[in-house]
Amino acid sequence: MAWTGKILRVNLNDKTCKEEPLNREWAQQYLGQRGLATKYLVEEIDPKADPLGPDNKLIFATGPLTGTMASTGGRYSVITKSPLTNCVACSNSGGFIGQELKNAGWDMVIVEGKADGPVYLYIENEKAELLPADDIWGTSVWHTDEWLHKRHQDPLLRIAAVGRSAEQGCLYSAVINDLHRAAGRSGVGTVMASKNLKAMAVRGTLGVGNIKDPKRFMQAVNAAKKVLADNAVTGQGLPTYGTQVLMNVINEIGALPTRNAREVQFEGANEISGEAMHEPRPTDGKPNLVTNAGCFACTIACGRISTVDKGHFSVKNKPEYWGASGGLEYEAAWALGSDTGVDDLDALTYANFICNEDGMDPISFGATVAAAMELYGRGVLTTEQTGIPFDFGSAEALVKAAEWVATGEGFGKDLGLGSKRLCEKYGHPELSMTVKGQEFPAYDPRGIQGMGLTYATSNRGACHLRSYTVASEVLGIPEKTDPLTAEGKPALVKAFQDATGAVDSSGLCVFTTFAWTLEDIAPQIDAACEGEWTPERLLELGERVWNLERQFNLAAGITGADDTLPKRLLEEPAATGPAKGLVNKLDEMLPEYYQLRGWTPDGVPTPETLQRLGL
Amino acid sequence: MQRALSIDPGKCTGCLQCELACSFEHTGLFNPSRSVIRVFTFHEEGRFVPYTCTQCAEAWCLQSCPVDAISINADTGAKEVNEATCVGCKVCTIACPFGTINYSQATGKVVKCDLCGGDPQCVEACPTDAIVYVDADQTGLERMRQWAARTDAAATA
Repeated sequence: MAWTGKILRVNLNDKTCKEEPLNREWAQQYLGQRGLATKYLVEEIDPKADPLGPDNKLIFATGPLTGTMASTGGRYSVITKSPLTNCVACSNSGGFIGQELKNAGWDMVIVEGKADGPVYLYIENEKAELLPADDIWGTSVWHTDEWLHKRHQDPLLRIAAVGRSAEQGCLYSAVINDLHRAAGRSGVGTVMASKNLKAMAVRGTLGVGNIKDPKRFMQAVNAAKKVLADNAVTGQGLPTYGTQVLMNVINEIGALPTRNAREVQFEGANEISGEAMHEPRPTDGKPNLVTNAGCFACTIACGRISTVDKGHFSVKNKPEYWGASGGLEYEAAWALGSDTGVDDLDALTYANFICNEDGMDPISFGATVAAAMELYGRGVLTTEQTGIPFDFGSAEALVKAAEWVATGEGFGKDLGLGSKRLCEKYGHPELSMTVKGQEFPAYDPRGIQGMGLTYATSNRGACHLRSYTVASEVLGIPEKTDPLTAEGKPALVKAFQDATGAVDSSGLCVFTTFAWTLEDIAPQIDAACEGEWTPERLLELGERVWNLERQFNLAAGITGADDTLPKRLLEEPAATGPAKGLVNKLDEMLPEYYQLRGWTPDGVPTPETLQRLGL
Repeated sequence: MQRALSIDPGKCTGCLQCELACSFEHTGLFNPSRSVIRVFTFHEEGRFVPYTCTQCAEAWCLQSCPVDAISINADTGAKEVNEATCVGCKVCTIACPFGTINYSQATGKVVKCDLCGGDPQCVEACPTDAIVYVDADQTGLERMRQWAARTDAAATA
């Protein structure tokens, strides 16, 4: 139970929307969202399928706790094969549309084929139909959102859409929902646009129920909410500073990748930090941050709502950008700021607005700009390609780059390729800070060793959210480990990967795990869902999801040789800070990790491992 | 002593825990569309505002009801809809100046805030105390306290 038991299958070839029952057996093995949708994807597509071809599928998946009162229980994920990495992609988002889908009676929407012209999917409870999107094709997410609300005369519609960047083939385009929440990584928005699917508009009024034991569920939910409220990170740090609480912390420990990871500390970190977002601006006396905001059912509320200074060059004479919207979280502030060497908070906030407005992943975008800036600095790129000077630290270049990728103009086409393909195109693949084609995020693996293994082994290409060992190595959650040593990290990474696999399959937000362990999560799932759900079972479920994703990637042609890091992280030691003189010790960690996983020395799951996990 | 809901939009994060609690209490489902407290988002201003019935003394809904389906709960002061009597004519929804009483397609009756019989679940659920349940005569107390705190002690010396 807790699942609605219904899947909506949308075929874009013949424009049909059909209801089918959820596979209950799979739900017991994979729970929901990330795990369950990956199972469907693995069963239904050829791993070698062209990610941007009609044979790829796109799944919007909720978890069993999505739409319930469990804190943060509003998440959904977009699962598909990534055009950026050729790996399985799974991008998780909050906001409000996940619960709306559940309230409309659907656990999942599976989109297949390709429409012969622009369409959007309209869902009103059991009614689902594909409608023409010619009037909104070629427009931004924000315009699309406004148009759909007007078109249906329904302010309560929840909308997810792709922007112009995705239509233009940018390989790291996101699906944006509720204006400023993103299923951000791996180009899931690019896949959506490749199918000529512009948007999904949902209205659900049926209610979410089917809770196994409502009384026990509410007891578990309330107890868990108290744990979040009483925890210093989820109760104070995140609401006050958002994830931006990390900017100064990570800079101080010498793990803030700077200027395309040439350095590990940024002299402008404080200017773009969470603290800076609270400081009144000299020009108008108002701070960047207007308020914090919660996603559906979230009692943490780490979201940032910000404004750009009206006098800033990026928004001068552009009143449409003077209002408040989704502000900088740490990854975005790092990618747009530290990694490009830009310390102009307004420029970063504006670039972030553009990423939301036209659906780009700010991590991949910022890291690609950073790579372009390094290529420019070396004279490989000139203004002939870039159009304008493209030096590290140039806020003008950052702002223009965002606008160009958003619309596919000029140098924006090159930047839309992502760092790997851009650097290859201009003959310097070693300057791309990517793993499996995906740009790594805001933690330098020379200063936080576990993150090296995290990036190298992540099933969706470099990613911090697959095993956030920063929690342990920096924040001491659940216990402190030394960020500078490789010792013990393989086991740490595996434990985090497996636990996260379960959380990502439940409908809950992984940020809860700053305070919650599976001991807090299991009772909520157990009271809601059919079957018996213990922390041990959830951990095993996470491991099953991990191995399933791995198998898909292996079948897609990704091998253990791809479990590596950019040469810079392995060969160029950190020059400053606590990690001075260190490179990432991946070679010490990887063999032990494979062994702990029950994989061969080549990184292939052994038959015993697969059998143990029921794969 | 009767109590009243006191809402401070400045504390609201827009998480909708109040809507979830309200709908769960009254329908047994988590269903924001059935909640009688609603949170409005003014995105470009970065503001979230919870809004529901103030249990106003004039009670236009009660006065306009042709079948006397709305009555005052003597303990809580809430204006409550008697579902057995309500005929779903919607006259009260026209009479209410604030829009806080509405027709429900699911039940064929009107629904409004009933203060959960004196234990409002939205208050229990709110993680930031944006909604509190206080002495009905003192809903301005917290705002007065905030202004009092700003009073310049030196000016009165």
